[in-house]
Amino acid sequence: MNQTIFEIKQNVRIADNTYKMVLSGDTSDICRPGTFVNIKLEGKYLRRPISVCDAVEGELTLIYKTVGEGTEQMSSMGAGVQLDLLTGLGNGYDISKCGERPLLIGGGVGVPPLYMLCRKLREAGREVTVILGFNRASEVFYEQEFKGLGARVIIATADGSLGVKGFVTDAMAGVDYTYFYTCGPMPMFRAIEAAATTSGQYSFEERMGCGFGACMGCSCKTKYGNKRICRDGPVLEREEIIW
Amino acid sequence: MVNTKVVLSGIELDNPIIPASGTFGYGYEFAEWYDINCLGTFSFKGTTRDARFGNPTPRIAECTAGMINAVGLQNPGVDAVISRELPKLKECFHKPVMANVSGFSIEDYAYTCEKLDKEAQVGWLEVNISCPNVHGGGMSFGTSPEAAAEVTRAVKAVTTKPVYIKLSPNVTDIVSIAKACEEAGADGISMINTLMGMRIDLHRKKPVIANRSGGFSGPAIKPVALSMVYRVYEAVNIPIIGMGGISSAEDVLEMMLAGATAVEVGAANLIDPMASKNIIDDLPRVMEKYRVSSLSEIIGGAH
Repeated sequence: MNQTIFEIKQNVRIADNTYKMVLSGDTSDICRPGTFVNIKLEGKYLRRPISVCDAVEGELTLIYKTVGEGTEQMSSMGAGVQLDLLTGLGNGYDISKCGERPLLIGGGVGVPPLYMLCRKLREAGREVTVILGFNRASEVFYEQEFKGLGARVIIATADGSLGVKGFVTDAMAGVDYTYFYTCGPMPMFRAIEAAATTSGQYSFEERMGCGFGACMGCSCKTKYGNKRICRDGPVLEREEIIW
Repeated sequence: MVNTKVVLSGIELDNPIIPASGTFGYGYEFAEWYDINCLGTFSFKGTTRDARFGNPTPRIAECTAGMINAVGLQNPGVDAVISRELPKLKECFHKPVMANVSGFSIEDYAYTCEKLDKEAQVGWLEVNISCPNVHGGGMSFGTSPEAAAEVTRAVKAVTTKPVYIKLSPNVTDIVSIAKACEEAGADGISMINTLMGMRIDLHRKKPVIANRSGGFSGPAIKPVALSMVYRVYEAVNIPIIGMGGISSAEDVLEMMLAGATAVEVGAANLIDPMASKNIIDDLPRVMEKYRVSSLSEIIGGAH
């Protein structure tokens, strides 16, 4: 974990209500995929937790959806703006358990953290299939970026305007996988839980106070005891989750 | 060279900065950010007789210059605190610590305080009779002078260490409650706990927080806290630990001038994990700016 100042290099709209922000700064505490940063915004009391889409030395990429005042404020920021970030928060995905053919399933704003995960899995030589689910074609982002990593990419849209018509679980049928990783909304999680045939990891979202395990604002019960989504999560293993 | 030392019921603190209960866990989470031995002390997470999960989520909402929480006293219970948490705390913090206790009956308070009183590292007990987030307990003891006095007497009867009673601002007359605690033998007053607050989600048209209301804290409540500390200081002869929105060294001076012997920092720790350390580091500069050579000399100076 680290508290450090980042500078916005780029902040562009990439899909409906969806923005990509590239920042420069010290990323040395961002190691595992699936962690998040907590951003201090001018005039807002609580920080905004945003999942890390990718981090390489000196450069951080965030993709966020405008869902409230904080993210709307972020979307209007230009290059050169400096932001106070807490980095390296959360446990992140464990890539050691994935087997040869991991399946990544992202829903909407749950897609971004899968990018760094996909990159790490590809660097480890895994054969990766990615299913990205959206409501409609205008919301779709990062299809080419995932393909660029050498992953097989399947797009599913609820209205059928792009790719498979239906939900991510409709696209799961016929995919041969050894393990799954997912991030997205709860209804999608429930559908995956019913459909999945292997072990896997889910990345959860919750309203947070601090983001680093102090306030107990985001606690949940698991089969292995109480956990804090911000610190012991956001990634939980399938076997421990109480639905 | 300025002097930041203060004495709290016979124990000298290097400085009056005390991270507040519920914002600092058992210390070790913050020891990953800085050496927490720079603190005066800290008040650890509110401990109850039995383990508690607390309230359903969402437990947190944002406000202008503050936040609302309704955690609901999540903690592993006093036995697990003593066997699991305090050994970890001891590894990263080497000064007397403040044990924060909540309960649902007079017996609960006495039981938990008696156990924690026997722990060598516990320097003070801070008895929370003001939690707004738990039904049937906590705050109900803090809303009448008689009940507050009853808790104080029960705890004092089974403990040896200084007992601070943490008061709720959600009352008609906090002064009478503070006086009742003093008469019942309290060694000091801790004030103020959070104010009752609510946010409503315009999309769902329902309260943001699952428990509906919660405790409002942060810079927005500082004037309320200052006013209450100021009034209680005039009415009691025991020390006051002042808190409510403290976020800077300037805030510390203001709270001490109102009458606080030491100052707790709460919500600020959650926004900036370095907040309490930054305040301590900034104290000498701010003291020099306002020509304060010794912090202990300004306690109650605004009266």
